[in-house]
Amino acid sequence: MKRTVPMLITAAVGFTLIGAYFVPYTQNWGESVAIWFDVLAAIAFILGGGNLLRTHLKRISDQGRGWGYSAIVLVAFVATLFVGLGKIGVAPSPQFPDHAWSGQYRQTGSAFWFMYQYAFSPLTSTIFALLAFYIASAAFRAFRAKNLEAKLLLGTAFIILLGRTFAGVALTDWIDPANWDGFRYFTGLRLENLTVYIMAVFNTAGNRAIMIGIALGIVATSLKILIGVDRSYLGKD
Amino acid sequence: MSWLDPTRIWFLGLLIVLCGAVLAYIFAARRGLRMKVRRIAGLEAVDDAVGRATEMGRSCLYIPGLQDMNDIQTIASLTILSRVAKTAAEYDAKIEVPTTRSLVMTAARETVQAAYLAAGRPEAFSPDQVYYVTDEQFGYVAYVQGLMVRERPAACFYMGSFFAESLLLAEMGNSVGAIQIAGTAQPAQLPFFVAACDYTLIGEEFFAASAYLSGEPDQLGSLKGQDIGKLIVVAGIVTGVTAATLANLTGSPAIRAFVDFLINKILT
Amino acid sequence: MGEFILDQWWLALIFIGTLVPLVRQFASAGIMPALRTLDRRWIFLLMFWSVLLPIYFIGVTGKTFPEVPSALAEATFAEIDRLNPGDPVLLSFDYDPASEGELQPMATAFVRHCAEKKLKMYFMSLWPVGPQMLQNTVDKVITADFPSLVYGQDYVNLGYKSGYEAVIKVITTNIRELYTTDARGTAIQDIPMMRDITSVQQMKLIINVSAGYAGVKEWVLYAATPYPSLRLVAGTTGVQAPLVYPYVPRQLRGLLGAIKGAAEYEKLVMDAYGGPAPDPKYLEGLRRMGPQLVAHLLIIVLILVANVLYFADKREARQ
Repeated sequence: MKRTVPMLITAAVGFTLIGAYFVPYTQNWGESVAIWFDVLAAIAFILGGGNLLRTHLKRISDQGRGWGYSAIVLVAFVATLFVGLGKIGVAPSPQFPDHAWSGQYRQTGSAFWFMYQYAFSPLTSTIFALLAFYIASAAFRAFRAKNLEAKLLLGTAFIILLGRTFAGVALTDWIDPANWDGFRYFTGLRLENLTVYIMAVFNTAGNRAIMIGIALGIVATSLKILIGVDRSYLGKD
Repeated sequence: MSWLDPTRIWFLGLLIVLCGAVLAYIFAARRGLRMKVRRIAGLEAVDDAVGRATEMGRSCLYIPGLQDMNDIQTIASLTILSRVAKTAAEYDAKIEVPTTRSLVMTAARETVQAAYLAAGRPEAFSPDQVYYVTDEQFGYVAYVQGLMVRERPAACFYMGSFFAESLLLAEMGNSVGAIQIAGTAQPAQLPFFVAACDYTLIGEEFFAASAYLSGEPDQLGSLKGQDIGKLIVVAGIVTGVTAATLANLTGSPAIRAFVDFLINKILT
Repeated sequence: MGEFILDQWWLALIFIGTLVPLVRQFASAGIMPALRTLDRRWIFLLMFWSVLLPIYFIGVTGKTFPEVPSALAEATFAEIDRLNPGDPVLLSFDYDPASEGELQPMATAFVRHCAEKKLKMYFMSLWPVGPQMLQNTVDKVITADFPSLVYGQDYVNLGYKSGYEAVIKVITTNIRELYTTDARGTAIQDIPMMRDITSVQQMKLIINVSAGYAGVKEWVLYAATPYPSLRLVAGTTGVQAPLVYPYVPRQLRGLLGAIKGAAEYEKLVMDAYGGPAPDPKYLEGLRRMGPQLVAHLLIIVLILVANVLYFADKREARQ
C-alpha cells in the first residue's frame, strides 16, 4: 500500500500529461503542473531550512568537529532571512510612499543588495574561478597519449586551445591569399577556421549522438517508472 | 478544433513505436527471453568502491546531482542510490548524501532507509546521513569540498545532473585519494568526469544503471527496447542523409519533396 | 614589454621569488624526478601568474590582442543591427555571478548595441539571481551612458519569474498571464511600452545570455522551434556552446560562445559605435582574452610536459 498509491498516482498523472501534450484542449496542462511543482518546491524550502537549522544546531550543541563553521552558517542564514524578509534599508516604492515595505527587497543600496553585491557575488565567483586551477591540474595529471584515440584527442585539444586565442591567428595568418594565390584553397587550415570546423562538424556530431542516446534512455527510464517496473526510487515494502 | 494536434501526429507515432519496442522486450523478458548486456565497468566497480571504503574505515559520499525531483536524472540517481546504499549497509560502510533540494532530501532519505531495511540493517540507518545543504550551486560545492577535505571519503559517487561544479568535485575527490564513479546525462560535463574520475557512466549508461545493477529481466528487457529505438533512429538518419544528398546531387523534385516532408512533418 | 618589466620591476621580483623554490627543487632532485612528484600547488601557482600577469599588463598598458570576428559573431551583430529604432527586443539574462566572467562582457555589449540602435528593450530573467545581473548591466550601460532613455518608455525590467521553461511556454502565448507587474511593482497596463505587447511573439528579436539551465536550449525548444517567426540570438558559456551548435542557423540566428565570442562581438560593436576612445567597460571581453591566451599556452605546456614524462617512464619500464 505504501508504494502502490504513489505508483498509481505516478502512472495516472504521467500518462495523462503525456496524452495531454497531443490534445489541443489540454496542451497547457503540462505548464500548470510545472507551476504546481514550483509551489511544492517552494513549500519544501521550509523543510530544507528546518533540516539545515537542526543539523547545524546539533553540531554546535555536540561541539562536534567543525562546529564553528556551523555557527557561521546559522548566523549567515538568519541574518539573510531577517534582512530580506524585513526589507532592511529598502526605501518605499514611489507609487506607495506611505507603505514602508512597498519597495523591492533587492533595491540597490539596501542591506540585501549589499550582502549580494559584496558577499554572495564574490564568493560564488571565487568558487567558480577554482575551475581554472583544477583544469590545469587535471590536464597535467590525466591527459596522456596512451593510445591512438588519446593522441587524436590531444591533437584536437591543441588546435582548439590555440584557435580560441590570438596565438592561433598569429601562428597561421601567413596562410593568406594575399601572400600566395594558391593559399585560397588552404584558408580552412588556419587554426581559427579549423577550430570552428571542428566545433561545428565533429563536436556537433558527437554531441548529437550522445543526446540521441540520452533521449532514448530518458524515454525508457520514464516508461519503466510510469508502468511501475522500476520502483527502487520509492524504497522497498 | 480536432481532438488530436495534427502537427504532433508523427511524433505520437514515433513515441508509440519506441515505447512499444521497450514494452515488447519487457514482456519478452518476462516470458524468459535471455538478454545479453555488455559489461559497464563503472557499475561493476560500485561494489569494489564500497568495499574499499569499508576496508579503509572511511565513508562513501553520494551526490545525487543538483536538480530537483522533476528531473529524470535525479530519479535515475535515486534508483542507483538505492543499490549503493544497500551495498553500503551490507558492508557496514557509512554513506553520506548531502542534497541541494529539500524534496530530493526527503526522497533520498526514504530510499536509503528502505535500502538499509532490505539489507537487514535497519538499526544502522540514521536520518542524519541524508541532509539538505543549500540550493545555491557553489555554496553546495564549497560545502562538499570542505566535507571531502575533512572526512576524506574513500568512495565518491556523482550521479545525476551536474553543471560547472563537476570538475571541482571530481578534482577534489581525486586529491583526497577517493575512488570516483560518475554518471550524468549532461553532455557538457561528461568530458570533465571522464578526465577526472575513475569510471564514468556516459549518457544512456547512466539510465541503464538501475537495470544493470538490479539484473531483473524486466529492466534488462527495457535496455533491449532502447537499442531498437537506436536502430530506428539510425535508419532515419541514413535515410534522411541519403535522400538529402541525392536531392542536392540530382535536383530531383520528388526526392526534394520527400526530404522536405521528413524535415517539416516528421521531425518537427 | 621590456619597458613594462622595468617599470613594474617589483612584480617581476615577486614572480621570480615565488618560483625560486620550484627551480631549487628541479636543481636538487633533477628535472624528471621533480616533475614526477610535482605538488599540484605549483601548477595552481603557475595558473595564478598566467592569469594575473596579463590582466595587470593590460590594465597598465591598455593594450589588447587584435580580434578577428568569426561568422557567428558577425551573424549575431547583423541580427541586431538590421533592426529599426523602436523595434521591441526581449533580453533574457539567465546567468549568475559565477558566470559573470564569461557572460557579463557580452551582456554589456548587447545592451550597448540595443541602446545605440534605439530599440525598445524588455528585460527579464529565468534565474533567481538574474535580476541583479540585469540591474547591474542596466545601471552600467543605460543609466550611465544613455540617460535620455526613459524607464517604461525605452526599457523595462520585468524581473524574475520561477518556473524555468514553463515561463517561456506561457509568455510565448500570453505574457500578461504571468507578468502582472514589472520588477518595481508597477502594473503592466501602466507601463507605456507594455501597452501593445501581449506575447513574446511580438518581439522582433530575443537575445538570451545563458549560463545553463534554464537558458538558450529552453528558449530554442519552447520559443524558437514552435514559433519559427521568432528570431533568437544567444550568448553562452564555453561549456554550453557546443551543445547549441546544432541549432545554428535555423533556430539560433547567431551565437556567441564564451569570452572569445564576447570579444569578437565587442569588437564589432565598438568599431560601429564605440568612437575613438571607448570606455574600458565596453572592452572587458577583449581585455580578458589576454589571460585566456597565456592560460591556454600554460595548459598546452603542462600537457606536453606530462606526456614527455609518460613516454620517458614507459621507455624506462620497457628497459
